[in-house]
Amino acid sequence: MKKLVRHRLFWPITALITLIVINTAARPQFISITVRDGELYGALIDILRNSAPLMLVALGMTIVIATRGIDLSVGAIMAVSGAVALTVIDTSGAPGSLGTVFVALVVALLVSLVLGSWNGLLVSVLGIQPIIATLVLMLAGRGVALLITGGFITTVTSAPYKFIATGYVVGLPFALFISAVAIAVIALVERRTALGMLTEAVGINPAASRLAGVRAKGIVFGAYATSGLLAGMAGVLYSSNIMAADANATGLYIELYAILAVVLGGTSLMGGTFTIAGTVVGVFTIQTLESTILFLGVPSAQAPVFFAIVVIVVVLVQSPRLHRLARRLLSRRSRDDDAGRPASQTKTPVEVAS
Amino acid sequence: MNDLDTATGAVVALRGITIRFPGVLALDGVDFFLRPGEIHSLMGENGAGKSTLIKALTGVYSVDAGTITVGGAERVFAGTADAQDAGISTVYQEVNLCTNLSVGENVMLGHEPRRTGGGIDWRAVHRQAREHLAGLGLEIDTRSTLAAHSLAIQQLVAISRAMVLDAKVLILDEPTSSLDRGEVAQLFAVMRALRDTGVAILFVSHFLDQVYEISDRITVLRNGRLVGEYPAAELPRDQLVSRMIGRELDELAQLSQSAERPIDRTVAPVLRASGVGRRGVLSPADLEVYPGEVVGLAGLLGSGRTEFVRLLVGADKADEGVIEVHGAPARMSSPRHAIQKRIAYSSEDRRGEGVIGDLTVAENIVLGIQARRGWMRPIRRAEHDQLVSEYMSALGVRPADPNALVRNLSGGNQQKVLLARWLATAPELIVLDEPTRGIDVGAKADIQRKVAELAADGLSVIFISSELEEVLRLAQRVSVMRDRRKIGELDSALVDLDQLIDYIANEGEGSAA
Repeated sequence: MKKLVRHRLFWPITALITLIVINTAARPQFISITVRDGELYGALIDILRNSAPLMLVALGMTIVIATRGIDLSVGAIMAVSGAVALTVIDTSGAPGSLGTVFVALVVALLVSLVLGSWNGLLVSVLGIQPIIATLVLMLAGRGVALLITGGFITTVTSAPYKFIATGYVVGLPFALFISAVAIAVIALVERRTALGMLTEAVGINPAASRLAGVRAKGIVFGAYATSGLLAGMAGVLYSSNIMAADANATGLYIELYAILAVVLGGTSLMGGTFTIAGTVVGVFTIQTLESTILFLGVPSAQAPVFFAIVVIVVVLVQSPRLHRLARRLLSRRSRDDDAGRPASQTKTPVEVAS
Repeated sequence: MNDLDTATGAVVALRGITIRFPGVLALDGVDFFLRPGEIHSLMGENGAGKSTLIKALTGVYSVDAGTITVGGAERVFAGTADAQDAGISTVYQEVNLCTNLSVGENVMLGHEPRRTGGGIDWRAVHRQAREHLAGLGLEIDTRSTLAAHSLAIQQLVAISRAMVLDAKVLILDEPTSSLDRGEVAQLFAVMRALRDTGVAILFVSHFLDQVYEISDRITVLRNGRLVGEYPAAELPRDQLVSRMIGRELDELAQLSQSAERPIDRTVAPVLRASGVGRRGVLSPADLEVYPGEVVGLAGLLGSGRTEFVRLLVGADKADEGVIEVHGAPARMSSPRHAIQKRIAYSSEDRRGEGVIGDLTVAENIVLGIQARRGWMRPIRRAEHDQLVSEYMSALGVRPADPNALVRNLSGGNQQKVLLARWLATAPELIVLDEPTRGIDVGAKADIQRKVAELAADGLSVIFISSELEEVLRLAQRVSVMRDRRKIGELDSALVDLDQLIDYIANEGEGSAA
């Protein structure tokens, strides 16, 4: 039991389950899944489907944060990607053909990869602080998207493109497969190769990693490029869902939600050791919370406040400092119980003096 | 506070203290007693548990078992504030004061005398601070900024601050490590004065001379266990050392044969540097290292030893000169280039540029090989495990747990992990910059023995150390640096320590560079 509580995913998963339980208690149909025409429907399925864009962005954000960085430009890259894809479809002769959609997808992803690489260049080669480097594109990106769409919200009609976000395959939303593949690819590449370990090394101690022969610049560059690519795919999903490229609304604030998901999952903003599984749980938590707001009928004007309160509670529940405080209060109550180790650290002694 | 421990007369009594970290039993049932009016030295290798014991006493760590009695009452410290309330004050090696405030403000911080109405009476602050400092025999302008003073003065200010808190117990953790001789004498005078007023002082230092000069009593720890408590006068130095490391010291003597081993200098050198330099950092210098040779680099701190080797391994870029590896010119503009040429560099900054603290011992060891293989070719599990356990046992890394986080290891063991990382890459030349700095006698001996062994097997080594005995013991040839240039080269079989010191100090003085 103690081991279970100590597991790094214990609190993130507990928070997620608690949210689901609360929803189910409020309205039991929350947890029900119905089959219609061989396709699954229900609140939980919606959460899985709607979480896809945030999932892609948060996966990239996890890798970037592991290198001790941050990527604020993901929302803007989503906007550019959506604008590029829809403009390609819009200006083609056959918006409904698979070939057109395929070209649109490839061009949008390539552009996103280039934008991510631009971030990587600024951070790794030119040594600009990540928050500033990605702020450039965060501010400029939506302008670029507007430029591409000519200042309008481009709308198209293209069945294959619409399928990306709203289609079903073997009874499950196609978007779910996209995020599942992204999770699997990222997890495999990071953990089955040595990339994850080298990324953590660079994030924890860049100077030592360089002297150990790690290609620190390459790893940091790759993290931002990956983040850009994933944000591009998220942009495609978003625009496919509404079949419009809205440069101002696409991926608005998603960078902040992605950072939140990463942190809720237990990856430190200080960089270093990261957890893909944690981020996945974090994304589901945020998406469940979004649904909760709809489901409980919280008025939209008050939704942000409700959201913030729940986030604060979830973060506090996970705080190790609060755990120690709770333990100390409990042990004070039972006097002869030893205080455990309430003082400054449970795991890692901080060197006060050498 | 006036009550003393009945059994021992101690103001602080620690009994059966046990502290556990993940994978490490840092302290195992240790007893420690501190009596009023004594200076008590805590001795042990790095990793013996000195720091952990101090942190238990100052409330940084809480204990897993055992009792802490202060002034006759049992205490549970939930944080450093609890320990301070109990009258225990600590002065660390790195002074934890506010260097941007004035001396007076630092001394009185949190205890400023108030004016009626609540404002701080600054005049009284400085007057009281002056009195406290004078009590320690110090005359310092209390309105000067703390940062303007030397580290020694800052430490004395920290001690006066402890006295403002009315400390009955003062802990000095390596206070002398960056002080010069005169400053140490001043510190010791203050310590003696405090002792005579009845303050109990716990002193930690790596310098044996200082320990014997100042201590009344010595407690020795080894591997987290208490070895014993002795009056300083009754514990001869050699016995202290053998109790600290748990074995006899004659092993080091055997190493001295290493320096006399003949080196074949007719073959191509592993590394030849001609006129390597960088403007403002190092005047152009030459160096040759032959297979199986240990070349020592001697010189004072800041003489250019580190700067020279950093240029050789591409950690910094040289702007002139030629480097050849096995006779072929080699470009050295990043550490990767050096590693590809099988040249490994272990930095003097163990924490900053060496180990990756939050990764495990195993990850730190394979990092070097993995970096060379590239991320796409991970080491197979079985190979990885075998490699890690092989190097951990060859170097005697403790704890012998490959999954322990490196940051939880002592300095000496971190150094062994670093050495393991580099040896695992099968280098032909290894550059060791201060590999024995700040680590205990036992680990020092381990590392020196390993270097001598490896060199005898054909590995070339560039060995930098401030401890010239080490350099003379291991190296066949010693390059001497001063003022960022190389001033000469000595055959270590032909010089003794005094001659080397004399050479460092005087050779080339006045002659053209």
